[in-house]
Amino acid sequence: MTIGMVLLSALMGAIVIWLFRQTINVQPWEAQAAIPAVDAGAVASTPAKTALWVFLGVASSLFALFISAYAMRLSFQDWTPLPNPPLLMVNTAVLVGASLAMQWTVHAARRAEAARVRRGLAASGLLTLAFLAGQLVVWRQLHAAGYFVTASAATAFFYLLTAVHGVHVLGGLVAWARAGLRAWRGSEPGAVRLGVELCATYWHYLLGVWAVLYALLVSNDLGLAICSSAASF
Amino acid sequence: MSSHVYHDETEFAPPAEVAEVELYHPHSFIGKYVWSQDAKVIAIQYAFTAIGIGLVALVLSWVMRLQLAFPSRFAFIDPSNYLQFVSMHGMIMVIYLLTALFLGGFGNYLIPLMVGARDMVFPYVNMLSFWVYLLAVLLLVASFFVPGGATGAGWTLYPPQAILDGTPGAHGGIILMLVSLSVFIIGFTMGGLNYVVTVLQARTRGMTMMRLPLTIWGIFMATVLALLAFPALFVSCIMMILDLTLGTSFFMPALVSKGQQLPYSGGNPLLFQHLFWFFGHPEVYIVALPAFGIVSDLISTHARKNIFGYRMMVWAILVIGGLSFVVWAHHMYVSGMNPYFGFFFATTTLLIAIPTALKVYNWVLTLWRGNIHFTVPMLFAIGFIFTFVNGGLTGLFLGNVVVDLPLSDTMFVVAHFHMVMAIAPIMVVFGAIYHWYPKITGRMLDDTLGKIHFWITFVGSYAIYYPMHYLGFMGVPRRYYAISGTNFIPESAQSLNVAISLAAFVVGAAQIVFLYNLAVSYFRGRPAGPNPWNATTLEWQTPHTPPRHGNFGKELPAVYRWPYDYGVPGLDTDFIPQNVPPSQVAAEAWTKAPAATEG
Repeated sequence: MTIGMVLLSALMGAIVIWLFRQTINVQPWEAQAAIPAVDAGAVASTPAKTALWVFLGVASSLFALFISAYAMRLSFQDWTPLPNPPLLMVNTAVLVGASLAMQWTVHAARRAEAARVRRGLAASGLLTLAFLAGQLVVWRQLHAAGYFVTASAATAFFYLLTAVHGVHVLGGLVAWARAGLRAWRGSEPGAVRLGVELCATYWHYLLGVWAVLYALLVSNDLGLAICSSAASF
Repeated sequence: MSSHVYHDETEFAPPAEVAEVELYHPHSFIGKYVWSQDAKVIAIQYAFTAIGIGLVALVLSWVMRLQLAFPSRFAFIDPSNYLQFVSMHGMIMVIYLLTALFLGGFGNYLIPLMVGARDMVFPYVNMLSFWVYLLAVLLLVASFFVPGGATGAGWTLYPPQAILDGTPGAHGGIILMLVSLSVFIIGFTMGGLNYVVTVLQARTRGMTMMRLPLTIWGIFMATVLALLAFPALFVSCIMMILDLTLGTSFFMPALVSKGQQLPYSGGNPLLFQHLFWFFGHPEVYIVALPAFGIVSDLISTHARKNIFGYRMMVWAILVIGGLSFVVWAHHMYVSGMNPYFGFFFATTTLLIAIPTALKVYNWVLTLWRGNIHFTVPMLFAIGFIFTFVNGGLTGLFLGNVVVDLPLSDTMFVVAHFHMVMAIAPIMVVFGAIYHWYPKITGRMLDDTLGKIHFWITFVGSYAIYYPMHYLGFMGVPRRYYAISGTNFIPESAQSLNVAISLAAFVVGAAQIVFLYNLAVSYFRGRPAGPNPWNATTLEWQTPHTPPRHGNFGKELPAVYRWPYDYGVPGLDTDFIPQNVPPSQVAAEAWTKAPAATEG
């Protein structure tokens, strides 16, 4: 649970800094004479972007707690590690490719190059689907090698963590489909750009989560080193 | 205030909205009231559903009290039924009533109105949030009717017993319970994103974070807590469902049940407890923070005095929220943890008393020399302070490991958490309903019925829970269907149980007065007018009462001041709404000022 606590402390720390900036040098009881006009360009964020960041906070909490649970279990004596399926490396590379393609799409969308946006979206979508297919193949390989979900704690956690990550990727594909719909229908560039940017942020986030999960799942030494402090609770 | 004269202001600054919200325009009755995307209608839907299922839980508590007062007199209460009633009562009240009502009900109604927005920022997602919540409630209700009935594992659902033969509902009920919770969390996350982003992004011009009413601060921080804490419950639900259906061993150790070696091995039941309470303790504050916020506004409005220490109140809300994540293991002192960790969690638990006490002092200091109106909302607000302080003080007892060990699993704990987490928040719920009902319906609730409701509920709650502390001290255990053959519990404990049950029936029945008041006042209540309490916040300044779709008519209000300008001298009224510019106030003060000050 230490991991969950550390993450939440970091989030709370961020909130404290934010609130400090809201409260310092502010006398709420004083009325304001005139309200300055809001410059439309000065608005830092849109509701959709804020919502995505809040959602990433929720997802981080979820993954941190799954990892906390994994860490607690990992420290037990009877832990039997899984073999490391080599295909995972390929899948990881594919997911990195999807993320890069998304970033490339963002650049295209910022320059309002509709054709490139479509190409970029198609590429990232295909790579993402390839990643999911690759994860399924890994499942089948493990299954064929006799590592069922119930075979050991390690297999159970492997299937669980990859499934949770995969479901988040699938959810991302819904947003990707909506962004694609806008791009193919030729919606106005601002809307296309927003959709693509949101997707890109989410894709990078899920890549980051996968990197952490991958490191923990394939390397028990690393996992134990990171998690050793968590074992004691 | 009146001594200031402002020269440099524009007379009227039309609000420039951050982004004009694309409002959904319903075309039919169904579009307007059933598949509604208007946060106000969604709020009412949430409130009706939550109160409806809460009444079921109230009846369950009656049945439990029947059994405790008159053991084995009633054939329809057998030991496994009793456990089912205990479990479902707790689960419904904590999650499906209080969480849903405070955040889904009051959050939806008040956030857009109080921050000066036309609606939530994502109305469609907001609508989905309610329907997903309704689905969760239906799954919960369905669990009563599956073979074996609802789960009887206690509201904490501890494995391994929650999914072993012999626990009521170990096969059907528990699955529906876990699925229902997961669905609830998904629905809540949809709503929660809306509440947070609306507060952050859709505030009207001039509404800085430091001008938000404390109600909004409470709901906002509670939503943040819920968004971060509910994943812990989600994780534990998913893993327990897998243990139950696929036969994994996340929580299930190797064990022998009814002479059979079960296929589980190596799981860790303590892991579930950690995850559950990592959610479960913040959940206390998910319910308490909105109550704190609302009660601050009720006290300030009905005592005609600005809230004492506004910034301190905001910081206290944040500190309480932050600390609530590092105290969870105080629910697990009896689980055999390392004493050093017990010491750590006892310390953090007691630390929470500091910001909480600050808030209580600030409420009392707000009342101090205020112009207190003993309206029904004010009575409930003061009732909250009493019950909350009472329950909070027993929390200091239980936060200490050495005191908790003997008292854990006794009626003392039941009395403590009902006082602090059931009675105190429900007092605020009632106060808030009496306060905002005129805005929601345009009519006042009946005052006399309200006072009857208050006094029976308030005094009755003490009649229920005060003696329960003594039962706990005697060692009467909780969750037990019946007790016999014990020497340490005197006969008189049974008479005390009868008295408690009688009080519980009376308090429960008194809620009929409240429901009657709600129903009758809707048709026959005194018309309220736009601002019956002379309140400053924006929801009372809407052009229509009840507010129409879009809330504020043609133009959003601009905000010039904080929401606590009460008791202002030298004006016609003793309050200044948030959207009144200082020039208007100065002009009025000028005409009222005695001639001498001109020289």
